[in-house]
Amino acid sequence: MNGSQAPVQDEPLLSVQDLKTYFYTASGVSKAVDGVSFTLNRGQVLGIVGESGSGKSVTSNSVIRLLARTGKIVGGDIRFNGIDVMKLNKHELVALRGSDIATIFQDPMTSLDPVFKVDDQMIEMICSHQKVSKQEARSMAVEALKKVGIPEPEKRMNSYPHELSGGMCQRVIIAMAVCCKPKFIIADEPTTALDVTVQAQVLDLLKDLQREMNTAILLITHNLGVVWEMCDRVMVMYAGKTVESADVKELYANPQHPYTWGLLDSIPHLSDETKGMLRTIPGVPPDLRLTGKCCNFYNRCPYCTEECKTKVPELVEISPGHFVACLRQNGVETLQRNEVAIDE
Amino acid sequence: MLKTVLKRILQCIPTVFIVVTFTFILTRMIPGNPAATILGPQASAEDIAAMEIKLGLDKPVWEQYVNYILDVLHGDFGTSYMYNQPVLRLIAERIPKTLQLTVTALVIAVILGVAIGMFSALHQYSILDYLFMILALIGVSMPVFWLGLMVVKVFAVDLGWFPATGRGGPELLDMIRHMVLPCLCLATIPMATFARITRSSMLETINSDSIKALRARGIKERSVIMKHAFKNALPPIVTVLGLQIASCFTGAILTENIFAWPGMGTMIVNAITNRDYTLIQGTVLFFAIVFVLVNLAVDLVYMLINPKVSYEGGSK
Repeated sequence: MNGSQAPVQDEPLLSVQDLKTYFYTASGVSKAVDGVSFTLNRGQVLGIVGESGSGKSVTSNSVIRLLARTGKIVGGDIRFNGIDVMKLNKHELVALRGSDIATIFQDPMTSLDPVFKVDDQMIEMICSHQKVSKQEARSMAVEALKKVGIPEPEKRMNSYPHELSGGMCQRVIIAMAVCCKPKFIIADEPTTALDVTVQAQVLDLLKDLQREMNTAILLITHNLGVVWEMCDRVMVMYAGKTVESADVKELYANPQHPYTWGLLDSIPHLSDETKGMLRTIPGVPPDLRLTGKCCNFYNRCPYCTEECKTKVPELVEISPGHFVACLRQNGVETLQRNEVAIDE
Repeated sequence: MLKTVLKRILQCIPTVFIVVTFTFILTRMIPGNPAATILGPQASAEDIAAMEIKLGLDKPVWEQYVNYILDVLHGDFGTSYMYNQPVLRLIAERIPKTLQLTVTALVIAVILGVAIGMFSALHQYSILDYLFMILALIGVSMPVFWLGLMVVKVFAVDLGWFPATGRGGPELLDMIRHMVLPCLCLATIPMATFARITRSSMLETINSDSIKALRARGIKERSVIMKHAFKNALPPIVTVLGLQIASCFTGAILTENIFAWPGMGTMIVNAITNRDYTLIQGTVLFFAIVFVLVNLAVDLVYMLINPKVSYEGGSK
């Protein structure tokens, strides 16, 4: 499997090859991530989209090997900045997390420890990655809060998380993340829990910081609008596998996988004449314990053939930098997309 | 803060008043007559009547009640019929001996219980976790009087390692030897309770999003567990501590009687068998005040450990 090969540069910052993360539950092995590959260059923003349970978050958590007790990376190769992440011991991992790789989670209100003040948490974070005194860490923290646009940072330092709004908390978390000048930020649905107006502010902030510090971002979302606004490349995941990956413009201009079509068609359009029902992809994702024997999408796919029910589609490069995993979009045969009237 | 404390103390007064009233009613409902009990079976009817007048028991019950309440409000708990001494002095004499047992037992229970609970939570589903939790289940299920008798049988009668009765002394070593069995008996149930609640509370916090976020931020595991997870897991442990302090006093009543420990517990049981109304009322009132104060202390500790709790303006 190739994954998304980025334009030529010396060495990608992050390269994930054939990652397999399985969860061992009492009722069987759940293949949450089943052979995912991608690369990410310095300063690049890669979006991962897909519905809930498609393995987006597990993929990103696997990169820093932060998994629940039942989860295990059973195969694959993760290289970050020349380091083999799979070979790191406990202490090296702790040192890597937060310093070179920062993570921003979905719900800012639960990402901060509720019983410690902001200053405690920021200072602890800075001191555990940099050799600075508490005083220096404090002024670094204030500086970072100022940078992410928090008014009266000195005062906010003295607040408990519950005294801040969701957007404010997410800014604190971003401030914490940038304190240690990470090379790479994992943003796991950073705006899902926020108001729409605050979402735009947080995204702008991330984008600004990314440009300023040339940080690479892995942006996980199920909002295709966010992808359009933020990302250079995008990877569509379904049931633990990559189904399509391409540059953002290419994906929107020329989507190839039936699932991607479904996702794009599900976006409500203001100009839509058929007011009323929103378009959805019928059916539900497969049970992750039973995947991997055929095309995972066949039961929801309007273009499914008998072959789809027996054969696993490989990711094929159909045009430079554009990869699709569909048996009926293999470059030889081309599907005709049943356009559901989108007139803009 | 001070205003909150004062407000909470004022809120305790109705509770204490209700306890006083109920104890008064209950003591009057125990069959038997204190005057007859004091004078013994040979006493004549006249002697008993004279004694009743002396004790004030000849007056109508409501008058006795009003007098008692007025006395209590003046800080006078009355005089024990049996000892012919002020109830407060008797309590003051006995309470250090009871505290010696209960405090030692509680300290042991908290330290060991919380440590076992933490260990079990961090090694969930390990063999030791299962073993500790089975022992804890047995521990919380055992009635204290049965445990006391078994402890006496095994360690005092069969093995002869420790004395079964009395307080020992005056040398420290002898006193400690006498404390071992009653403390073991008194500490078992709270220890098991602490182990169980600490385990479940810790498990809940270490699987929470904020702990995951701390790990993602590269905070050292030691700090994640001992500083962050533990402080988040504290509120239920403190609640249980409050309850256990209270039940430790009740446990002490039974334990002291089994081990003939000269504390409040033996005194209260003697008072009941001798129909010593004032002493029963006084000791129960004293326990009630202790309970109420412990609960108050728990509420105040909540404010310190959970910033979301504020009694000034309710929960934010």
